[in-house]
Amino acid sequence: MTLEMAAECHPQRIAVTSTDTRLTCAELLAAARAAALGIREAGVKYVGMLDINSPAVPIALFASAYAGVPYVPLNYRLTRGEIEALLARIAPALLITDEPVVAPLTLPPGITVMLRSEFQRRALSAAPTEISAPGEPRDAAIQLFTSGTTGKPKAAVLRHENLMSYVLGTVEFASAAEDDAILISVPPYHIAGISAVLSSIYAGRRMVQLPNFDAATWLQLCRDQKVTNAFVVPTMLSRIVDHLQLHPGDARMPSLRAIAYGGGKMPLAVIEQAMRLLPGVDFTNAYGLTETSSTICLLGPDDHRSGFGSADPLVRRRLSSVGKPVPTIELEVRGEAGEVLGPGQSGEVFVRGGQVAGEYLEQGSLLDTDGWFPTRDRGHVDEYGYVYLEGRADDVIVRGGENISPGEVEDVLLEHPAVSDAAVVAVPDRQWGESVGAVIVLRENAQATDAELQDWVRQRLRSSRVPTAIRYVDQLPFNEMGKVLRRVLKQQFADLKS
Amino acid sequence: MRLLKAGTRAKCAVCDTEVMVVRAAPVEVQVTCGGVELIAMDGAKAPGAHVDAAAGQSALVGKRYVNAADVVELLCTKGGKGQLAVGGEPLSVKQAKPLPSSD
Repeated sequence: MTLEMAAECHPQRIAVTSTDTRLTCAELLAAARAAALGIREAGVKYVGMLDINSPAVPIALFASAYAGVPYVPLNYRLTRGEIEALLARIAPALLITDEPVVAPLTLPPGITVMLRSEFQRRALSAAPTEISAPGEPRDAAIQLFTSGTTGKPKAAVLRHENLMSYVLGTVEFASAAEDDAILISVPPYHIAGISAVLSSIYAGRRMVQLPNFDAATWLQLCRDQKVTNAFVVPTMLSRIVDHLQLHPGDARMPSLRAIAYGGGKMPLAVIEQAMRLLPGVDFTNAYGLTETSSTICLLGPDDHRSGFGSADPLVRRRLSSVGKPVPTIELEVRGEAGEVLGPGQSGEVFVRGGQVAGEYLEQGSLLDTDGWFPTRDRGHVDEYGYVYLEGRADDVIVRGGENISPGEVEDVLLEHPAVSDAAVVAVPDRQWGESVGAVIVLRENAQATDAELQDWVRQRLRSSRVPTAIRYVDQLPFNEMGKVLRRVLKQQFADLKS
Repeated sequence: MRLLKAGTRAKCAVCDTEVMVVRAAPVEVQVTCGGVELIAMDGAKAPGAHVDAAAGQSALVGKRYVNAADVVELLCTKGGKGQLAVGGEPLSVKQAKPLPSSD
């Protein structure tokens, strides 16, 4: 429906540009309808997308809605076995993919493969059709497998009403200027990759796709395509900053007005450096989850600027906040007994609102009777209403009944001059049940001893926060979205013990 | 007269206007466009004109329309020539609070 509105309002506006293709809103609509016919004829239960970003992504997303079948973008960076296991969970399905990705796979029964080039060719060359979408708001629109940093991927279900609520709550129709363009570098299987398509179409903003991120190409596209907006995950911004420090001339991007970031914790040093290198750009921190149809909290450009320049530590601290809930979302922090906590008190973040799906295929809805969803993120709200996150509830270290957030210990370790990166996880402890284990990446040519780091933490935090086990590594294990793989680190500590 | 439900779509019987219900109170109300009651999306168009053609502005695509009590909200998904009203009360355009783009 959002696409029909866009095609009606500005049919000739460019909806998407990729390396060799550009589609207007009207062309995208026609392609989505044509592809939907094919999906209906195939009689499948899902449409899978196992591929990098290309015009086939928005076509398939809208075509699935027209066909009344959930769209399932899959992570092509997973291992063969992991991909095959996910495919088995969506059969019978039409799988849009590319030769190099699909060739090594042993496909489970019920998976019909269509190569991206063929899918695109058929959708774009078909005779016009006037089919309409079933338009059932309760129907599942998207099924997204969560990244599974803590366990087996779960199938999160997002219904049309959730996505619509998100779009209506955060974007004004046709609000983008004619020359607006957004650079999409997040992969299609990330919730931000999906919301970017929906928001851009609704706002009337041209999408420029970057299939495989690297900082130099990102900057090049920003200049060449006169990009005005972009969304990046912290790892990407960090690489852009590194590149700009080596090639300061590349910071000249006169059209770039705004960068939004999210998808993981942004190190303070990176965002401050980015603001220094790109003073003309508005930065927005967007906090959201797959289960909440993307963004639920925003820290806007004004808060970034006032925080950046401030001598007041309280205001400066806001740069590490995820901001305030968007107007259509209610947010509460609750304690262990479910009680609502006041300002400054840490607990689990709960949210409520139309865009909150909070539902998994296997487990059903996780919303309580009043519609509140437990995010499993720990955090607190300060007295001004700014939300601060402290890590995943599942990552909390319980030492003798005391809850320790890895984030607070990591922040202190990162302030040590010899430490370039740090991750803190629970390690088994005979006396306390669990205690703090730290994995440290030292700066080049820098040195630190266990005792030195332990002292550093003891002087700044309580003694219970002092790491009892410290390991030194060259690099932390990250998934491709920049999230630390804590379960890998935990396992490594466990292996050392045994 | 019918029960409005969020997500339900409807269209004007005579002009191009189409709407989707964004919010509604759980009571039966009459939604009209130019004085003519809206019909289901698959309903047949009726030849004729708006009863109330002179009144007010047209429905504009992408705009959200609310009543004074702010209980009913409609999204205009296709623009048309009539003014939207609920229970005889003309709806007004909801003013948007712009948010920074987050994706």
